[in-house]
Amino acid sequence: MYDKLIFEIKDKDIVEKSNFTEKYNINKKYLREDLDLPNLSEVDVVRHYTNLSLKNYGVDQGLYPLGSCTMKYNPKINETVASMDNFVKVHPMQPTSTTQGALKVYYETSKLLSSLTGMSEFTFNPFAGAHGEAVGLMIIKEYFIKKNDLKRNKIIIPDSAHGTNPASCNVVGFETIEIKSNSNGLVDLEALKAVLDDTVAAIMLTNPNTVGIFEKDILEISALVHNNGSLLYYDGANLNAILGVARPADMGFDVMHINLHKTFSTPHGGGGPGSGPVGVVSKLTKYLPNPRVVYENGKYEFFKTKDSIGSISSFYGNFSVVLKAYTYILALGKENIMNVGKLAVLNANYIKEALKEDYLLAIDSTCMHEVVFDGLKDKTATTLEVAKRLLDYGYHPPTIYFPLLFHQALMIEPTETESKDTLDSFISVMKRIAEEARNSNELLKDAPHNTTVRRLDEVKAARNPILKYKDIKI
Amino acid sequence: MQVNHRYFPHTKKDIEEMLTIIGKNKVEELFESIPKSKLLNEELDLPSSLNELDLYKKLEDIGNLNKRLVSFLGAGAYDNYTPSAVKAIASRQEFLTSYTPYQAEISQGTLQYIFEFQSLVCELTQMDASNASMYDGATATVEAIFMAVAHTKREKVLIANTINPNTLEVIKTYLKYKNIEIVLVESTNFLVSLDDLKQKLDSDIAAFVLQTPNFYGYLEDIDVKDLLEANKSLYIVNAPLCDLAVLKSPGEMKADIACGEAQSMGLSLSFGGPYLGYLACKNFLLRKLPGRIVGLTNDIEGRRAFVLTLQAREQHIKREKASSNICSNQSLMALQVLLYAMLMGKNGLVNYSYDSFNKAHYFYNELLKLDNFKKVTDNEFFKEFVVMYTGDIEKLNNELLNNNILGGLNLEKISNELKNQMLLCINYTKTKEEIDNFINIVRGIK
Repeated sequence: MYDKLIFEIKDKDIVEKSNFTEKYNINKKYLREDLDLPNLSEVDVVRHYTNLSLKNYGVDQGLYPLGSCTMKYNPKINETVASMDNFVKVHPMQPTSTTQGALKVYYETSKLLSSLTGMSEFTFNPFAGAHGEAVGLMIIKEYFIKKNDLKRNKIIIPDSAHGTNPASCNVVGFETIEIKSNSNGLVDLEALKAVLDDTVAAIMLTNPNTVGIFEKDILEISALVHNNGSLLYYDGANLNAILGVARPADMGFDVMHINLHKTFSTPHGGGGPGSGPVGVVSKLTKYLPNPRVVYENGKYEFFKTKDSIGSISSFYGNFSVVLKAYTYILALGKENIMNVGKLAVLNANYIKEALKEDYLLAIDSTCMHEVVFDGLKDKTATTLEVAKRLLDYGYHPPTIYFPLLFHQALMIEPTETESKDTLDSFISVMKRIAEEARNSNELLKDAPHNTTVRRLDEVKAARNPILKYKDIKI
Repeated sequence: MQVNHRYFPHTKKDIEEMLTIIGKNKVEELFESIPKSKLLNEELDLPSSLNELDLYKKLEDIGNLNKRLVSFLGAGAYDNYTPSAVKAIASRQEFLTSYTPYQAEISQGTLQYIFEFQSLVCELTQMDASNASMYDGATATVEAIFMAVAHTKREKVLIANTINPNTLEVIKTYLKYKNIEIVLVESTNFLVSLDDLKQKLDSDIAAFVLQTPNFYGYLEDIDVKDLLEANKSLYIVNAPLCDLAVLKSPGEMKADIACGEAQSMGLSLSFGGPYLGYLACKNFLLRKLPGRIVGLTNDIEGRRAFVLTLQAREQHIKREKASSNICSNQSLMALQVLLYAMLMGKNGLVNYSYDSFNKAHYFYNELLKLDNFKKVTDNEFFKEFVVMYTGDIEKLNNELLNNNILGGLNLEKISNELKNQMLLCINYTKTKEEIDNFINIVRGIK
């Protein structure tokens, strides 16, 4: 197996000369002493990274059932469009008369997402979901500042929330109040009532929540929160479940973010770039980050507002990611987009039914786009062992040990782009692993066996951090 | 229910069989937990589905509404060339479509390139540790400030007013909600004033932030480390990663934290994103460094392997105590920057830097030969500079635009004091012919 670092390939001392001859001198005091980087041939570099790529697993290879991550298939046309020269070679500060196409993409995508969510307008300046959360919370903060309601410094968050929710609150200077979920994995209305007072700015909800269950009392929650003078924030991490079925704004949400790299099919890129557009209801649009895009007299234009929270990115966010999402929505169109949530939920419930004999259902009710098991029913192996054994069978494992509510949480999100055949194969492997655990759980204890590397010493990595090539030699 | 679209693999029979196993008659029955009054029952206001050919044509038409220009503008986003091998590798599905490398055994490709990216950033900045990437240069600078605030437990920062105004705006937005005070350090002749810095440095200052080359393109030349250290304040240097191939590194400037934008290392302009922020620090700040970090370890058979490490710093563990909320980053852009650097090699990076320097100085000197361009300073610059134009800058830029050229930034838009001054940029991507063409067009304007 190929195991070199790029810095371990023999230096070829290749020199590429520029043909420009005029020579000017920089004062030496501005220059660095030395630069220790290799000079390699193109083929060295291409083979090195091609070999590295073969140690990865991508959506094009097979099922990627990571709960809460919505690893759906990423259509190829998205990439073709995003690499068109007329989008790629545009400077963000060109006169707007020369960037009408790019501005149209922003404007139209906002309109499309507004139709799908019921919100009034979206900003695309946030680079990722967590960035969107922070921006949404800034908007909420600004709303109360402008109302001179300065005591509202708390955000309510259910204990099932993603870690980014409380962290985003901290980044924006809010305190968090965590409320316990009830035995059905839902917001406990009594617990909610107990913490609602005039210091609460908003509640942040993921709906369906991270247990994969729709908050059926959402209208009551919404009434309670609004009657308290507070706002509702919708974490769009699980929007895929209800895409084309129901809309966050109709349920009473005031602010939301969407992960385009989840619901709208843009690739995750090994951890980014994503895009976290934030949508708001009409009373909050004036607080959206600057700049915004308007269409007037047949022309798209940027504009700024004085009530805005300010700017939150150097330019206007990850444009080409937005372009991919726009392409995706146009490909599906109104005839098909309402089937996204339905098929995603159908797939998840199919897996739920097929596996519930072997795996312990965390909540025994109809799930939405993802199903959470609390490990193997007979506890003959841990969730980590099941996940690692799945690697031997060529699958990316589901999300494990999240949500934190269940000690052996195993969260499976198949998405709508997986066929019944694919799900059947996965189900049979999951059942086989359960069988293996009952019979010879050594196989699971040591798994994975067939991967390029086996289980890693994470303690060693943290105790003696080696974080760059030069740390190795020391 | 029947679906008919290339993105959905379900047959009518599949759906029926699945429903039977689930024990439902209709897919709609799966949504009974959603209040009935809130279920969508009319068609959404969206356009009709397009086949791939029509979709391609539509997007091509929209693209044609943009105009590609020969750019003489920088100001934070730089025209540059992406080698074909960068595109070929970065578009491999194994890199493009994979998730964050939490399952290390099947993510060694991603984990290793992040480790190599961290090594690259540490070499260019001469810092001890780098994370896996940030969103952009501005948000990386915000995170650097948060690190300094957390480390010093002080709530005031000094920022040189020669910083990119877009970066400053983003810092202002974030810091106001955390009640962290910003004090700007004044500049004279486009360079930060050491006297003003000394005057404003007090025991509440968490850090001093300096960008070099600064927004106006000039190389800052101050040695402030001792001053800051005596005051127990941290030193944050923001520098474009690309320029560090030849320019004095943040490490050599004795910075505690290095941060900035890496877009000019082979990432396309793409109307402002995705770009790449980087963030690196000295060892004593490692536990304050936000975002993902990859470390080296071995597997149970002793093979060298890579893994996400020091995760106790991160939001999914620390939750409301996390000082940063970053989760998704710009991983694929980090791969592209790494590829760019490795394809260029040391010699390529250095040569292209000198090429940019040479062309920028040739351009500058040619401009100053014209009657209506005047020198405003003798400061040393790299690839970006300020000149005075005695005519109307907007008219000049319009004339350039008529020739498919993107002119410089009218600095009056940044500050009233900078009337008649413009910021121009040039790098290795411009040919001598393109530069001479610019000069000829400008010469023709009366």
